Amino acid sequence: MAERLLTVRELNVCYGKVEALYGASLTVDRGTIVSVIGPNGAGKSTLLNALMGVLPSRGSVEFCGNDMGNVSIESRVAQGLCLVPETRELFSQMSVEDNLELGAFTRYRRGDKGIRKSLDTVFTLFPRLEQRRSQFAGSLSGGERQMLALGRALMSQPTLLMLDEPSLGLAPLIVKEILHTISDLRSTGVSILLIEQNARAALQISDYGYVLENGEIALEGPSSELADNPRVIESYLGIGGGEEKG
Amino acid sequence: MDFQTILILAQDAITNSAIYALLALALILVFGVTRVIFVAQGEFVSYGALTLASLQTGVMPGTVWLLLILAFIAACMETARLLVSGARHKLPGALATILAPPLAIAALVKICTPLHLHLGWQLILTMLIVIPLGPLIYRVAFRPLADATVLVLLIAAVAVHFVLVGLGLLFFGAEGVRTPPFSDAQFTFANLNVSGQSLCVYATTIVFVAIMAWFFNKTLYGKALRAVAFNRNGARLVGITPHLAGTFSFALASAIGCLSGLLIGPITTLYYDSGFLIGLKGFVGAIVGGMASYPIAAAGALMVGFSESFSSFWLSGYKDVVVFTMIIPVLLWRSLTTAHYEEEE
Amino acid sequence: MIRRAGLISFVMLLLAVPLFPSFYLTMGSYIGLYSIVAIGLVLLTGVTGLTSFGQAAFMGLGAYTSAVLTTQFSWSPWLTLLIALALTIIIAFILGAITLRMGGHYLPLATIAWGISLYFLFGTIPILGGSNGIVDINALQLFGIELRDEHIYYYLIWGVCLVALWISNNLLDSREGRAVRALKGGVSMVEAFGASGLRLKNIIFIYSAVLACLAGWLYAHMQRFVNPSPFGLNQGIEFLFMITIGGAFSLWGAITGAAVITLLKTVLQGILPKLISQSGNFEIIVFGIMIVVVLQWMRGGIWAFVEKLLPSKPDRPIGNSPELAMRIQPERGSKLLRVDDVTKAYGGLMAVKNMSFEVSTGEIVGLIGPNGAGKSTMFNLISGELPRTQGNIHFGAHAISGLHPSHIARLGLSRTFQHVRLIPGMTTLENVMIGAYLRTHDGIFSACLRLNRGSDERVRAEAAKQLRRVGLEESMFVPAGTLSLGKQRVVEIARALCADPLLLLLDEPAAGLRYLEKKELAALLSDLRSEGLSVLIVEHDMEFLMNLVDRFVVMEFGEKLAEGMPHEIRSNPAVLEAYLGGI
Repeated sequence: MAERLLTVRELNVCYGKVEALYGASLTVDRGTIVSVIGPNGAGKSTLLNALMGVLPSRGSVEFCGNDMGNVSIESRVAQGLCLVPETRELFSQMSVEDNLELGAFTRYRRGDKGIRKSLDTVFTLFPRLEQRRSQFAGSLSGGERQMLALGRALMSQPTLLMLDEPSLGLAPLIVKEILHTISDLRSTGVSILLIEQNARAALQISDYGYVLENGEIALEGPSSELADNPRVIESYLGIGGGEEKG
Repeated sequence: MDFQTILILAQDAITNSAIYALLALALILVFGVTRVIFVAQGEFVSYGALTLASLQTGVMPGTVWLLLILAFIAACMETARLLVSGARHKLPGALATILAPPLAIAALVKICTPLHLHLGWQLILTMLIVIPLGPLIYRVAFRPLADATVLVLLIAAVAVHFVLVGLGLLFFGAEGVRTPPFSDAQFTFANLNVSGQSLCVYATTIVFVAIMAWFFNKTLYGKALRAVAFNRNGARLVGITPHLAGTFSFALASAIGCLSGLLIGPITTLYYDSGFLIGLKGFVGAIVGGMASYPIAAAGALMVGFSESFSSFWLSGYKDVVVFTMIIPVLLWRSLTTAHYEEEE
Repeated sequence: MIRRAGLISFVMLLLAVPLFPSFYLTMGSYIGLYSIVAIGLVLLTGVTGLTSFGQAAFMGLGAYTSAVLTTQFSWSPWLTLLIALALTIIIAFILGAITLRMGGHYLPLATIAWGISLYFLFGTIPILGGSNGIVDINALQLFGIELRDEHIYYYLIWGVCLVALWISNNLLDSREGRAVRALKGGVSMVEAFGASGLRLKNIIFIYSAVLACLAGWLYAHMQRFVNPSPFGLNQGIEFLFMITIGGAFSLWGAITGAAVITLLKTVLQGILPKLISQSGNFEIIVFGIMIVVVLQWMRGGIWAFVEKLLPSKPDRPIGNSPELAMRIQPERGSKLLRVDDVTKAYGGLMAVKNMSFEVSTGEIVGLIGPNGAGKSTMFNLISGELPRTQGNIHFGAHAISGLHPSHIARLGLSRTFQHVRLIPGMTTLENVMIGAYLRTHDGIFSACLRLNRGSDERVRAEAAKQLRRVGLEESMFVPAGTLSLGKQRVVEIARALCADPLLLLLDEPAAGLRYLEKKELAALLSDLRSEGLSVLIVEHDMEFLMNLVDRFVVMEFGEKLAEGMPHEIRSNPAVLEAYLGGI
């Protein structure tokens, strides 16, 4: 059995103006892609932000065997947890290359010498970023920005990469490209927790899936099973109506 | 007004502008990184010059006591913080990093003060005393307010200004000082006398700006600081600690302030409260740059320097009025060129 | 009861001060003067979220204007008061007009500069007497009696101060005042209900400057001489310290702070120089440290503590006032909103491309599509928050594209926000009352003098009615910030209804709601439709809308993907593809 990387138990977020989360529990094994799908406002982003420490939460989060209770965002990054938020949060007035280098900031502080090499790896992964290496991040197109956000995250050599809607607002062809890249990342040893509205695509590239509805985990299972589960499609589109749901 | 006068006024203007530009630089950086409008920045200018003057007369400067007190308060705050968050094991290390350097500096000053060292050594000693004040003030006054609004931080900055001015009077008295110049040399170019000190000001400014440009554009730590200023959330997500960035920006602010004080100390008489006005003139420059652009702020500093210098010739009594009233048309210009309303959430 | 007793003992204390030695009387007069300035600063800083370091300068303006004109030209102090006030209003208006369009920190910076300039001017202009100032200023005369006596002057100052307190309190509890209090939550919310944020901010800045000027005028005729030093930047900063220590969020905090700082300053000025055996104003060290401590540990100041000890104000019951006039809804089925070939481009990126659709009176239209499809952009184009690049939007007979959101609100369009914008510290009822901003027309003056009582009661009754309508009657008097996100979204709808709209625009109202809450919301919207209201809902959640809306408009990649009845949309393969996606 694969090694447990992330264990979340009974995570609750009730904080003013964010979509709430009620007792969410989930696990991610090393070397797998886990997707969390669900409609807008179900609390998907809240889940990732709470895991990253951006939002305060109750419940237990265990990462690589360490309790994350009182750990700051920066320490989580240093321990190998990395979030690409829905808003991307790039440094838009800095060059593509600077953005990528800053992604490796915690490694630089540790004295890691392999940063140049990682930069080349990212450029091989996204050749378009290399062409634009000296452009400001703010001048990039939507798809390129998403690539940069992914590249910046990879520069930190994360153990667990959390992606919040990587396909958001992108044209179909680019969505395809990005999702293929994410799927390929698995082979490099990165584990991924993926949040997507594009449910079908997310289930196609992931190993295991959770369906989040109204702040609660409504369904879970191996992705292939979820994809065929008529209830997922129904509840997702709302065609089935709510009455018969438990 | 003859050509000779214009040259003399211009020389004056450029010397002052250089100082204002340095101060504006620090103000913009501190604001970008911490959102603190650090009006107390000018106090480091006074502290620099007055600390050096004390050392010159062989008296232990009061700023050393301030250094020790701040370090003690910071140590107490850090202890409380670590105990509350249950990280007791980190305590010895944290206390050592906070307390050891100030204690070492205080001991060094205690030993060196009666020795009447060469000016160069005294300058270094002054900087050793004044520069750590910046990060310590950040730790004690501003870091606990990290989540506050710009407005609250501004009020805190004004409070810090009050404390520092009051302490300045307490430590150094109401007497003004002039510190010895770095160089006594006088040069004559085309009938214009240029003092060695003025050249020192120019040279130091150029070197300092060059170092800063290198630091911010070429080193990862420099880029990290800029990243915090541009996008705080993004910076946290790549693992840059805002507190560390804040500490560093305040260190830079105190360093620039202290250096400015040492540079102009020989040119103008500085009192315990002179720094504030000098700092505010740097502010006018920073506002011209919209609290964001370094080159425009430098141009603004030149504008301040020139209008100050020339108005002191034509309207001597109104020199400060002119400089500070100038901010109104500047703001009008900014207001008209700012396309969208900047909403604060 | 305790509140009333506190107020009575406060007034008794004020009346009793003159019985004590004259030192206390002088202290009392100064506290009164500073309180007047501090009350204005509370409105500006604590309530509006702006600040000024130039209040001492405005005080100086009042004092010097009167001093010069009465001594040099022997004008009556009552005339010079008017001139001083006029000058103050002009200067405050200019400073405000220049800085308030930009970020909030430009006003304090501009007032620092203006304060310093004016201080130096006082000290340099010959007619103002330089640093010696102006002496032998006349005493005030009222009905032929000279107000030379310290006791009488003390009562005059406190009379003015209490009137200022009363007026400010009235102002805060009025239509304009509620909009001002809402400014801290962002300008776009108050503008969506028809108020102008810029105008309100400028009015409050002018108001606070006027109070400072008035205090300065009183000061000049009390002291009977003026010099520059009490009007410098340090004094301006001390006013800010007063409200920080006293409590910037309450008018009583202003008086508390003025008393604490004034008394403490006197005590410290006596003790500290002896302690240090050196003369100088060392009290500023203590003040500075106090402020930092207060900001770190008790940001609400002293008054926040007092407030906690006091019993909460009893909830005033809703009166039986006549209802506010309502708009006449257009005939059911007539065209209400027409979006015509509208495009919004950000640089090269087309967020919305050639969108066209209509909403008729009495129907609910759902604008749906996957995340990032451009729904919210379309929404903001209709509400006027964003300027469109091309195309036209008509609301009834009016072309609204290019109009300011507050104008569009005036025509009868009312909205909610995707990210809830309620003022957490105000009660739910007060939040909803903001919605009725355009339904009454009392100005600042009638508000100050409490002439708005009748219409304000009607607004209150209307807000209560809307809260009852959405089923939140029991939460009427609790702070809106204590409600759950779901309930807050419903409060937003009540606030929008309070504007008596023709068309209700809802931005993702179901996001974050639980299943039952969604059902209740759908029932509410269905009721509204039967009352003749038209609704446009931007939503992602199809389930919520399926049995509710009359028509769907589906967007993807900024364009219209489909339009039709719910059952048509449900079986439209392109829509299913857009929603479920795929590689």
